[in-house]
Amino acid sequence: MAMPQTNALSEESPSTADIAVSARNVSKNYDNVEALKDLSLEFPRGQLTSLLGPSGCGKTTLLKIIAGLLEPSAGTVHVNGQAVTGPGPDRAFVFQDFALLPWASVIRNVAFGLELRGVATSEREAIAEKYINDVGLSGFEKSYPHELSGGMRQRVGLARALSVDADVLLMDEPFSAVDEQTRRKFQEDLLSLVANENKTFIFVTHSIEEAVYVSDQIAILLPRPSRVSDIIRPTGLREKDLTTIRRDPEYLDIVDEIWTSLKTYVE
Amino acid sequence: MKIFGIRLPRMSSLILWGLLWEIIGRIEFSFFVPPLSAVFATLFEIIGTAAFQKAMYETSYAFISGVFFAIVIGIPTGIIMGKNRLIDELLLPWVNIFLSAPLTALVPVLMVLFGFGMKSIIITTTLFAIWIIILNARAGVMQINRSLIEMAHSFGASSWEAFSKIYFWAALPEILGGVRIGVIRAVKGVIIGQLLISIVGFGALFELYSANFLMKHFWAVLIVLFALAFTISEVLAYLERRVSYYAAKR
Repeated sequence: MAMPQTNALSEESPSTADIAVSARNVSKNYDNVEALKDLSLEFPRGQLTSLLGPSGCGKTTLLKIIAGLLEPSAGTVHVNGQAVTGPGPDRAFVFQDFALLPWASVIRNVAFGLELRGVATSEREAIAEKYINDVGLSGFEKSYPHELSGGMRQRVGLARALSVDADVLLMDEPFSAVDEQTRRKFQEDLLSLVANENKTFIFVTHSIEEAVYVSDQIAILLPRPSRVSDIIRPTGLREKDLTTIRRDPEYLDIVDEIWTSLKTYVE
Repeated sequence: MKIFGIRLPRMSSLILWGLLWEIIGRIEFSFFVPPLSAVFATLFEIIGTAAFQKAMYETSYAFISGVFFAIVIGIPTGIIMGKNRLIDELLLPWVNIFLSAPLTALVPVLMVLFGFGMKSIIITTTLFAIWIIILNARAGVMQINRSLIEMAHSFGASSWEAFSKIYFWAALPEILGGVRIGVIRAVKGVIIGQLLISIVGFGALFELYSANFLMKHFWAVLIVLFALAFTISEVLAYLERRVSYYAAKR
């Protein structure tokens, strides 16, 4: 199992790019299990980087280490040049299961990040209002999460993450709990979000198609212990028309290539 | 329930049982069972008396204080046990022992420790109510969705904010369930305390009426107590239903 660690970074990542987040030699052990081993990866500013891999490959673990929710056993993570010691206002997290307060209305949920930062009620509700509108939920401010569909709940989670205006958005399989049609709409919205907001997105997914569709850079993680096996930059796709990407030969080639490299790791 | 197409209100079966009681009373089946109508007549008679009002006041005072301490100590203790593994290991065996222990047997010890007055009665009431409140608050905290806690943490919540904005609310349906059961147990506690420790309040009335074979009076006070306990429990059950709409959606 102990494969030599190839340093995919130095040759693949463009040296000129401004790096927003970098993970250096990060390892994480749970008791005797090595979840991550000596993993290094850089995340260019203003771009969307996907962490793609089979389940159990530690992609969520890496995301939570970047978020400061987990402590690495070894190695460091830097965000804007600052070493991560815990959660901070420079990062916001979007959860797979939305993590909304069931007893709070949409507007309070969206404003909750600001509430924890001590922003005054009227100010934070004005900000929340704007982002509720941005994610297309105006009119639902007074609704409760259980009155919304899965897709709408994740829009609330997204609005909450956006409203704290963090530099880095960490998304943990955000679309895996919503239905296929909603997911497609989300993916399109995410692309315009990346284009319009000057933020760095780190996106965990297990869907190859989703990763190729939305990413500027795809880090393929292999399991046990987790390491970066390859970095793919579907740069050609980003200039193309959104509506035709899915039948684009380049898109199909990249999806196929990734599948070939992952196939052997899927039980 | 429907009979002959007429929807019967809840608990209308009580009317049937009341009638049965009345009949048994009228045929003078036993000295201990006076007719229900006579019991109610006595009830309205004694409600106005100074003895009854004094008993009512003393009992309410002990009951409310006892429940207050059980809630104020019980809920935070339960939440802390649910959050902290070490404290949980330390306290859980005791909570379980006291929950199932025959607390009545402890009352004489309390008398020795805290005297023969109101203090002992309040402590007895608290002891009857607190354990289930602790256990339920603990259970409520333990089933909290982990990602809610991570969410609060990732947005920079302090421990106090996590406690007051997440843990308490997420555990609220279970906490209220515990408070409801605790309050019902507190009714037992306050009466047992009054009977055993110092003959005050309703305990004194029970003692007086049963010693003098005033069965109508005895039943009247008992009905008042049952009605009070039942009303309190229903009010809490109503509150519980109001918050449990989100319990299933967590």
